[in-house]
Amino acid sequence: MKRRPLTIQRLVWFLLALLTLFTLTILFFIIGYITAKGVPTLTPEFLFGMPERMGKEGGILPTIVATIYLALLAIVIATPLGVGTAVYLTEYTRESALTRIIRFGADALAGVPSIIFGLFGFILFVIYLKMGWSILAGSLTLAVMILPTIIRTSEEAIRTVPYAYREVSYSLGGTKSQTILNVVLPNALPGILTGIILGLGRSVAETAAVIFTAGSSLRMPRSIFDPARTMAVHFYILAREGISMPRAYGTALLLIISILVINAFAYILLFRLTRRFR
Amino acid sequence: MRNFITILFALFPVIFISFAGCRRSAETSLTIAGSTSVQPFAELLAELYMQQHPGVEINVQGGGSSAGIRAVQNCICDIGMSSRPLTPEEQNLQQWTIALDGIVLIVHKHNPVRNITLEQLQDVFSGKIRNWRALGGPDQKITVITREEGSGTRGCFEEIVMHGAHFAADALVQDSNGAVREIVASDPSAIGYISFGLVDERVSALAVNGITPSESTIVAHTYPLARRFLFLTNGEPDALARSFLDFVLSPEGQKTLADEGLIKAVP
Amino acid sequence: MREKLFEKILLLCALSAVTALFLIALFIFYEGLPLIFRIGPANFLFSSNWAPTRGHFGILPMIVGSLQVTVLALILGGTLGLACAMFLAEFAPRWSVRILKPLIELLAGIPSVVYGFIGVLVLVPLIRRTLGGPGFSVLAAGIILGIMILPTVIAISLDALNAVPLSYKEGSLAVGATRWQTLYRLTLPAAKSGIIASLILAMGRAIGETMAVIMVAGNALIIPKSPLEPVRTLTSNIALEMGYASGTHQEALFATGVVLFIIVALLNTFALLALRKKV
Repeated sequence: MKRRPLTIQRLVWFLLALLTLFTLTILFFIIGYITAKGVPTLTPEFLFGMPERMGKEGGILPTIVATIYLALLAIVIATPLGVGTAVYLTEYTRESALTRIIRFGADALAGVPSIIFGLFGFILFVIYLKMGWSILAGSLTLAVMILPTIIRTSEEAIRTVPYAYREVSYSLGGTKSQTILNVVLPNALPGILTGIILGLGRSVAETAAVIFTAGSSLRMPRSIFDPARTMAVHFYILAREGISMPRAYGTALLLIISILVINAFAYILLFRLTRRFR
Repeated sequence: MRNFITILFALFPVIFISFAGCRRSAETSLTIAGSTSVQPFAELLAELYMQQHPGVEINVQGGGSSAGIRAVQNCICDIGMSSRPLTPEEQNLQQWTIALDGIVLIVHKHNPVRNITLEQLQDVFSGKIRNWRALGGPDQKITVITREEGSGTRGCFEEIVMHGAHFAADALVQDSNGAVREIVASDPSAIGYISFGLVDERVSALAVNGITPSESTIVAHTYPLARRFLFLTNGEPDALARSFLDFVLSPEGQKTLADEGLIKAVP
Repeated sequence: MREKLFEKILLLCALSAVTALFLIALFIFYEGLPLIFRIGPANFLFSSNWAPTRGHFGILPMIVGSLQVTVLALILGGTLGLACAMFLAEFAPRWSVRILKPLIELLAGIPSVVYGFIGVLVLVPLIRRTLGGPGFSVLAAGIILGIMILPTVIAISLDALNAVPLSYKEGSLAVGATRWQTLYRLTLPAAKSGIIASLILAMGRAIGETMAVIMVAGNALIIPKSPLEPVRTLTSNIALEMGYASGTHQEALFATGVVLFIIVALLNTFALLALRKKV
């Protein structure tokens, strides 16, 4: 009788390890393929140069700038709203009609396809609010897209902060807002940051919504009212049209490296912040 | 912690303000939108024009011929691009032919079939002929690839070949010339149609009714699937649009297009 | 006083999501509903004839297509993702998790078009050569989507599993349960809400994915009878034909959006109901 659970465990361990290995192989294959094909293209001329001949030659600097602008602005807009929503849902209310509506709103928003965001962003921001194809329109659209992710992960993170922590804060005379800002949020930060990273990743990678709101102009954007082509859109156009495969791979590789850098940066930040509160 | 959040909130308006630039004035910017077939060429021309006229901004968007036509009709863009002829309802727009192009039927390099008639084309794309055997090829099911509904290339194809017949329900649909070419290049049983300017050595072009697509046959209109790339404006073009149009139709502009595989509209 | 202000600000934030949703819904329904009622919901939903230029607006093939592809993606990606999350949470050495978790989050950042592109380059020919058919198929789309949702499922499930208090797990081990038993009987149920959250988010991503699906699904207007046949999803339908936006056709695309919207809302509701019942 005592042996069976352990045997089962070993079997399970083996199975899970295998599946994990399989998953990692797939994921690494994708990265490896892009890397192998893309590395030769990553020269300084490519990274800092301007595109020539519709992207067939030259570099991709405008797309890099565009991607950074777009993603950062989207996060800046979405994070306060998202974390605020999560805080409100967990700290200030019990289950009521209002919370159900809010939650339903966030969940439903998560399921809206990116193409509909693209449509919506196009008609509302580009046409109706006269922003034209612009970084602003793109960022606003992206912000709405990543909002549910940030809300959900922040909510999960805040929920897991033990009530005891809050009790201690109240017992020391802290007000609700003080408790939230000084105790709850710092402890929920890892989870919140997961949501932000996922959101950032989504912004950098999004194509459908961005094409219809930020446009696909290869010019160097100089303000948030300029249209811009992000790296993801550039890759899509290069690859689909067969304009320049090497550059397509180079762009894709740069995208992946960027995400890596973003994640690394976020983790360093995370480490520094949570160390203070351990 | 509170400081962190305060900073975050404070950054919001600061970033907003610092990112705000001025919008370009109408006299120095041009928006061109429409056919994805024409788009890469328009972008190239825009690039050259901007090199010669610093301070001018030209932005080129895709979206498809129909979208471009609608955009210019509604004054959302200055110039519309179309790779199909205008319908009677659209005739109120001014049109300029900037290049000649053809719709070429492509098959896999190893496909032995070399020629096809217009009637056979209609049967293949409507699903009546389903096997390459019927065309003199190997015993394989034909994989038909067509473009999406709003495509000017498809519209042109429908007009010249389909004559009201529906495309086969199980035809694969792709949204760009390049995508069609990529698929045909790797699938031995595929057939698709793309712009003449985009045919390269990875695919094999079919002759239609015995006529091989080439610059001479397209210009002479003996190749049945010849078409024009159009630039459209709503009424008379303003100064900047006029200047750009002149550039496109100039010898330099035309040569640029010819170098990329298109055929000059102005010989 | 300041407390009230704080609370009000948060309420405003909370309403932002709902406002955005409301705007989107308003906009889509406003544009799309008239058409649905004009040709009749039954005709719209259950007819297989999609020929907008001729006045036929049946979207049944797309509805079936979307569901098939999403279910396949959830089965493949959900199980695989959950397995990975379990492995990383309980059985993998700590040092490896510190490397792997960021790496997996990295993969959430790969654009869908890259997945789609590799799908076209590698997966589609593979399916065509080994299993037959044109390669562009439900299977291809399901696999690619399954891979795409892996990072989401893994990351959030892993967080959920790790969030189960250590004291629970220690208590279980102390009474002699193996790690697997602890995982299976204690941690998993405790993390259920987080895991289901990850699956819901993943499902949302799968149903809503457009670019990658357009590239590998084939977009043919048929109801697939085998996973090897090409398929068109609701999202692909909208994206492919959006450029042709004109009058009735455009309304039809918004109407497709309405249906998509409702399906997603229904699925989410079911998921949340299931969640509530077990808790």
